[in-house]
Amino acid sequence: MSKFTISRRGLLKSTAIAGVGIAAPTILTSRAWGYTNEPTGGTVTFGFNVPQTGAYADEGADELRAYQLAVEHINGEGDGGMLNTFSSKALRGNGVNGKKVVFVTGDTQTKSDAARASAKRMIEKDGAVMITGGSSSGVAIAVQGLCQDAGVIFMAGLTHSNDTTGKDKRANGFRHFFNTEMSGAALGPVLEKEFGKDRVAYHLTADYTWGWSQEGSIKKYSEQLGWQTQAAVRTPLGAGDFSQYITPVLNSGADVLVLNHYGRDMVNSLTQAVQFGLRDKQVNGKDFAIVVPLYSRLMAQGAGENVKGIYGSTNWHWSLQDEGSKAFVSSFGKKYGFPPSQAAHTTYCQALLYADAAQRAGTFRPSGVGAAMEGFKFDGLGNGPTEYRADDHQCFKDVLVVKGKENPTSKFDVLEVVEITPRAQVEYPASLLGGELGPYNDGA
Amino acid sequence: MGRNTTPKQDWMLLIGFSVVLLAAPFLLTPVGAGYPDLLQKFAIFGIFALGFNILFGLTGYLSFGHAAFLGVGSYAAVWTFKLFSMNPILALIVATVIGGLFSVIIGFVSLRRSGIYFSILTLALAQMSYNMAYSVATPITNGETGLQLAQSDPRILDVAFGRDYGAVLPSSDLFGIHMNGYPGFYFCAVIFIACFFLSMRIFRSPFGMMLRAVKSNQNRMSYTGLNVRPYTLAAFVISGMYAGLAGGLMAVTDPLAGAERMQWTASGEVVLMTILGGAGTLLGPVIGAGVIKYFENIFSAFNEGVLTQLFDFLPAFLQHAMVSVSSLFVGEGWHLTLGALFMVIVIFLPGGLMEGFNRIRSLVARLLRRDTEEPEKPDPIERVPEPAE
Amino acid sequence: MDDILLQILNGLDKGGAYALIALGLTIIFGTLGVVNFAHGALFMLGAFCAVAVKSLLGFEKVVLDPTKLTAWGTPVEIRTPYIEAWFGDFGTQMLNFSVPVSIIIAIPVMLLVGIIMERGLIRHFYKRPHAEQILVTFGLAIVLQEIVKSQFGANPIPQPAPEIAKGMVDFGAMIGLQAGGVVYPAWRLIYFLFSLLVIGAVFSFLQFTTFGMVVRAGMADRETVGLLGIDIDRRFTIVFGIAAVVAGLAGVMYTPILSPDYHMGMDFLVLSFVVVVVGGMGSLPGAVVAGFLLGIVQSFASMNEVKAIIPGIDQIIIYLIAVVILLVRPRGLMGRKGVMEQ
Repeated sequence: MSKFTISRRGLLKSTAIAGVGIAAPTILTSRAWGYTNEPTGGTVTFGFNVPQTGAYADEGADELRAYQLAVEHINGEGDGGMLNTFSSKALRGNGVNGKKVVFVTGDTQTKSDAARASAKRMIEKDGAVMITGGSSSGVAIAVQGLCQDAGVIFMAGLTHSNDTTGKDKRANGFRHFFNTEMSGAALGPVLEKEFGKDRVAYHLTADYTWGWSQEGSIKKYSEQLGWQTQAAVRTPLGAGDFSQYITPVLNSGADVLVLNHYGRDMVNSLTQAVQFGLRDKQVNGKDFAIVVPLYSRLMAQGAGENVKGIYGSTNWHWSLQDEGSKAFVSSFGKKYGFPPSQAAHTTYCQALLYADAAQRAGTFRPSGVGAAMEGFKFDGLGNGPTEYRADDHQCFKDVLVVKGKENPTSKFDVLEVVEITPRAQVEYPASLLGGELGPYNDGA
Repeated sequence: MGRNTTPKQDWMLLIGFSVVLLAAPFLLTPVGAGYPDLLQKFAIFGIFALGFNILFGLTGYLSFGHAAFLGVGSYAAVWTFKLFSMNPILALIVATVIGGLFSVIIGFVSLRRSGIYFSILTLALAQMSYNMAYSVATPITNGETGLQLAQSDPRILDVAFGRDYGAVLPSSDLFGIHMNGYPGFYFCAVIFIACFFLSMRIFRSPFGMMLRAVKSNQNRMSYTGLNVRPYTLAAFVISGMYAGLAGGLMAVTDPLAGAERMQWTASGEVVLMTILGGAGTLLGPVIGAGVIKYFENIFSAFNEGVLTQLFDFLPAFLQHAMVSVSSLFVGEGWHLTLGALFMVIVIFLPGGLMEGFNRIRSLVARLLRRDTEEPEKPDPIERVPEPAE
Repeated sequence: MDDILLQILNGLDKGGAYALIALGLTIIFGTLGVVNFAHGALFMLGAFCAVAVKSLLGFEKVVLDPTKLTAWGTPVEIRTPYIEAWFGDFGTQMLNFSVPVSIIIAIPVMLLVGIIMERGLIRHFYKRPHAEQILVTFGLAIVLQEIVKSQFGANPIPQPAPEIAKGMVDFGAMIGLQAGGVVYPAWRLIYFLFSLLVIGAVFSFLQFTTFGMVVRAGMADRETVGLLGIDIDRRFTIVFGIAAVVAGLAGVMYTPILSPDYHMGMDFLVLSFVVVVVGGMGSLPGAVVAGFLLGIVQSFASMNEVKAIIPGIDQIIIYLIAVVILLVRPRGLMGRKGVMEQ
């Protein structure tokens, strides 16, 4: 029996060795090597989460078209689009990291809960390594938070609120689109040039976070010019008829109306403001002016001829004449028969930027991709020289100030670019908007 | 309607329900629904619909504002996470209690009226809550963005017990088990089974009988000198607590609470779930909830690529035709399918999906019986006759 | 003072739309006993009659110009509406007046839609529980709006008023106030007058014709009228058609105020139910009074002076009024006992 006697010391030793032996691989797989949805086969899955029902369905459809185009180009099909003009040449048209890109789609319904459910399906069931898309800031922030928790990268679609890369920023989230702060900084000088320093502004603001953010930025920059803000009135989202908010403007003594509305609210409030004669009005001996800080060409079409002469800002417009924009418009137009919207442009860029960063990093691990994206400087994607700032994962690039065109040549030709505000003028310190990026989450 | 069921049958139903629910991750994988988030949603909206059915199915009072309780429950749970502890049990208790309190207020006001007037009162009160949550109440609800956790939250109890979540955003956990993924689903499922059991007890109790009596003839009840208000209010509050609990569970599995949860469309959704499945039946609302959530999550995800693969076995021209026809009904067209489904169900199966199952069951029973003995008359199915032309 | 007058005008204008939608809804409630969740969809269909008429009138001849290319490399299309090519100025005028022209088209179209809906679906639900009526009409509403979406897209489609009605009217000067104080868009005044006209027409139809008399009798006591040997069912079909026309006309005329999109019906649905219930189930005058009342109250609640006292009141005022009225007057302003209380 003595043969089988094991000393206490020996037992401890062997247990410890066995323990390390068992533990080592799990530590390695779960901590050092694995990350959420690491692609193992010959394909890598992107998740395109766009509004397919509800008020932004057309914008969502355009985003989806752009994504499909981007996937074609990344996989080496089609004419290559902006890959040909993109300053980074890492992508070679054979997918990303040698894997063919496939995608899954989902409907955000422009509701945070539905968007998160849809994104979760892509992550939990379809194995997406990256989620992108969306057409509102509330949804973008909600999905960004989810992607941070789940350990995948989120490439924001059309979201204009400061909070997305400000107060609510997350390490795993990246935004190419501009924000209200940049809109304000870009519009300020143009408003001064067009309307002078002595103006009285009246704001109508959609009563939710994006609206307040927009109102704050325009107030800040217009008051720097010396404008007065006479009133800032909150209007309920989806009010439909805004007449009860517009009539007080008529005799208020204000001579500029700022419509901090987007989407249908913008179409309706602008149409109705013009109906109440505000565009042709004279106040204080000056021509009354209407400003729509965030323009969308798709939505401007909905307001028809009411947009003529109305100033605003936009992320991108298809009439730009740089090589990148021309390549993208040509590629998109040939495939679908009409020019892309700014939503299509920003989502196409986001898909390409993600693929490029993953290729340069040689991995799809969020921290790896993120590191490749942080501080990345590029050109050739239609907005001039651009940088993904490391401090807040926000792209900094030129901002377009546009005006409703007086003589449109087609139904897509409703906006004209008045000024391309250089990047330096719209840049701000990351600390201005607060928030904490926190560490990357690679998931399990 | 199962009014003559024996306790034994009830136990069988409960056991069968539990087994199916716990095995759902395996059973539902072939139809593409076997992933944690959707399974959690099945359980959560199942609870919501179960509760709604206690009010609507038993008393016939059609509330159009129940989403308000769901939303309030969510906010309560997230605030509990932020202020006290990430433990889901505490959050759920708070969510249920707050949902109950809120429903006492709304129920007390709304139940002064009946019929459509009651419906509009609940709708109006819930819409008021929604609009406030979206705008004026933003300090409490964080408006459109939704209430989220932050690293800097106080979490008094967690701190007191020495729990530290480090630099990452915490997620709710039950003594170390994180409430996302499958553990989250099983947590929801256990609560769901408990809720189902409770709902079954209520259906079979004298209280449940009283509620049914309210539905069949309130006047006669009043003539007997009985005040029905306490009973209906109790039903209203119970269903409000179910909704609060469901809202709390939504926050537990995914710590975010948004105002849109309270919108009238969300209230309408639970009404549709209940009627679609079969109001007044035990299982119906649960099935209705499952069907609607399935459509929302799976049908909306079909795109042209998926369809092309699906019809791969057909010759090319047929495949093309099938893809273009069916793409009208899936992806961005999934609302169309849902709308058409509502119509088809209610036209052909007035009692909801449960009536369909009962019909099939009695048909099978009849066929089986025919072999051995004389055919017996099938159970008469309660249904209102079609109007004469 | 001017501001208050302007808000009253806003309220009357809004109220006109509310009243028209609620009128049709309450006719259906009152006569057929059906909770019609597809009523908002009828309003939307009316609006899209205007869109369809405009796009039919504006059907364009497309000529490709191979000498010029678009930004994406296809030849530029030169589009001229056929109607202008064929009729010259008259054609241009037709396009300009597309919204009023749509009314002429919308009446038969909406009547037909209403009759088909009633014959094909609604009549089988007269005796079904309200819950099932809600489910089936809600399903129908979704189907209708999805069909519209697949045809016209999800974005709003602009429908300008005729040039002549685009300007402003100095309403203040007309009633003897100082000129320039109360100017109001011509089209909105037209909308208000139009809604009065339609309301008047519906009331006189029900009040002064035999048909209307039977329908009113049917609203009061359906079974007795049936026992008298009157074929009430056929009349109900037409009643439903009329309700559809009223909702449709409200939609057509509203398009220059609100660019139509496929979802606009749902946005009005809840509101129109609130209006009907505040007015009292089954009461036509109640629906009209409640429509204008809620329109005006909503306008006043949106004034800065009011919002300064109670922030956010404009968001909830309609619902608040509904709750208060229902608590004070159990059956709304003019409701009858026993209608829709089970």
